[in-house]
Amino acid sequence: MKAAIVAIAPLVALTGLALLSPQWLVFMAMLALAKGVVVLGLLVLMRTGLVSFGQGLYFGIGAYAAALLSHHLHVADAAVMLLAGAAAAGLIAALLGLLLARYRDIFFAMLSLAFSMILYGVLVKSAALGSTDGFNLHARTFFGVALASGVERRVFLIAGAVCAVVVALLVHRLLGGHWGRLATGVRDNELRVAYLGASPYRVVYVNYLIAGAMAGLGGALAALAVGHVDPEMTYWTTSGEFVFIAILGGTQSILAPFVAASIFEALRTIASQYAPNVWQMSLGLAMLAIIMFLPAGLWTLAERRRRSV
Amino acid sequence: MSAVLTAKGLQKSFGAVKAAVDINLTFDPGTVVSLIGANGAGKTTFLNMVTGYLRPDSGQILFGERDIVGLKPRQITKLGISRSFQIPQLFNSLSVRENLLVAESIAAMDDPQAAADETLTRFELAPYAAQKAGLLPEGIRKLLDVSMALSSRSKLLLLDEPTSGVSADEKFAIMDVVMGAARAAGVTVIFVEHDMDIVARFAGRVVAFYDGGIIADGSPDTVLRAENVRRYVIGEEIPHAAA
Repeated sequence: MKAAIVAIAPLVALTGLALLSPQWLVFMAMLALAKGVVVLGLLVLMRTGLVSFGQGLYFGIGAYAAALLSHHLHVADAAVMLLAGAAAAGLIAALLGLLLARYRDIFFAMLSLAFSMILYGVLVKSAALGSTDGFNLHARTFFGVALASGVERRVFLIAGAVCAVVVALLVHRLLGGHWGRLATGVRDNELRVAYLGASPYRVVYVNYLIAGAMAGLGGALAALAVGHVDPEMTYWTTSGEFVFIAILGGTQSILAPFVAASIFEALRTIASQYAPNVWQMSLGLAMLAIIMFLPAGLWTLAERRRRSV
Repeated sequence: MSAVLTAKGLQKSFGAVKAAVDINLTFDPGTVVSLIGANGAGKTTFLNMVTGYLRPDSGQILFGERDIVGLKPRQITKLGISRSFQIPQLFNSLSVRENLLVAESIAAMDDPQAAADETLTRFELAPYAAQKAGLLPEGIRKLLDVSMALSSRSKLLLLDEPTSGVSADEKFAIMDVVMGAARAAGVTVIFVEHDMDIVARFAGRVVAFYDGGIIADGSPDTVLRAENVRRYVIGEEIPHAAA
């Protein structure tokens, strides 16, 4: 209940942002929101002690599922696209998870990366899917309501905010109860989990599935924001970005991914504006500073402040 | 009364090492049985076969009427066989109470919170409830390990060296708590132990292992006095054996 009340604040703020701010800021906020959802999914997976370096796979699947609906089936409804993105990614995660849930540590990380690069390879080679250029998508309605051109992104941002808040509340509920403790148990000691009568494999599988579906939702959101999809979305650097944001924010709060994703987007925008040739280096230095001074992520600052008050 | 656990003709070898040679044992409900023997005699191998961690090369293990050979540890735990470990297996980043909550929630209790609180009291762990398991002293870790194993659905409790790594003056206190809880829960207990004072005090029956086989089985008085047990298990120098 308390969490639901806390959730209203960002919802109101984002709605205000969507209605009042210039288009570039709306665009940036949407991307941050999209990535925040993906990273929150990554946090669910990390609760079991696993880091995926291949969430780009599901990010790409979500984006392409939304774009293909628009491009090939002429579905122009953004709500359908978002659902399709999450569903398509969830479906593939349900399949690959059967295999990946058996692996741990670096093997899990590398295998998840490998799968994302397979999709990248397929996308780059297939002319029907736009090859390296990708293709455009255009959503004209939302839940059947036609949108005037120019306001689409503002509506999508509100929709994205609602999605993100609902997903974040569900994750908060899930991790705050038995499932969260059990997942931590799997991270700490799988042998004990098995000897209590539960299956560590199942816990990892379910969390992998959740993370996949959330990355798909984020991908569809990003596709709506950009209005274009390309294979870069599944490339390993995109997956790396998600891990970067997860480390930037830390794992203590469901708000951290969103805050971190916003900072990341802002940092990147500023860096590419004022230092276009070295923007990656700027991000690298920021990462270095975080790991050295705030090893548990930016959220440490909020925690410290709370303690000192 | 029908047996809780029956082992029939269990065999297990690791390469040339025979860890179990024709093990036949029957355990009656409500009894407390101690398994003794030198390191490598086959006690832990026996526990590992019963809990499904190792599969015997041949033979049967019946839990009640049901053959449990080939089941996974998780499935065997669900049937009601639980175990503690020589090195406590805990969730180190969770608090003591959360460790118990995980255990009770998996055991599908209606009210895991109440069950966890009851366990905290019964195992005298209440003062440590909020502490992280990773920071506890060894004796408390041992108790927590047993308390997690002994959930509401356990019928048979296997304890692998419950007092190893615990200081001599704590051993009896810990065993008092563990055995009191086991008795209250009405479970059958099989425990592996090296300390013969503990064995003599808590076991109703003693089974002595040597080289994968059983060399003595009976009341503590009889078994602990048997000459081969004193020589091979307790390690006493027996004069005429020197020749």
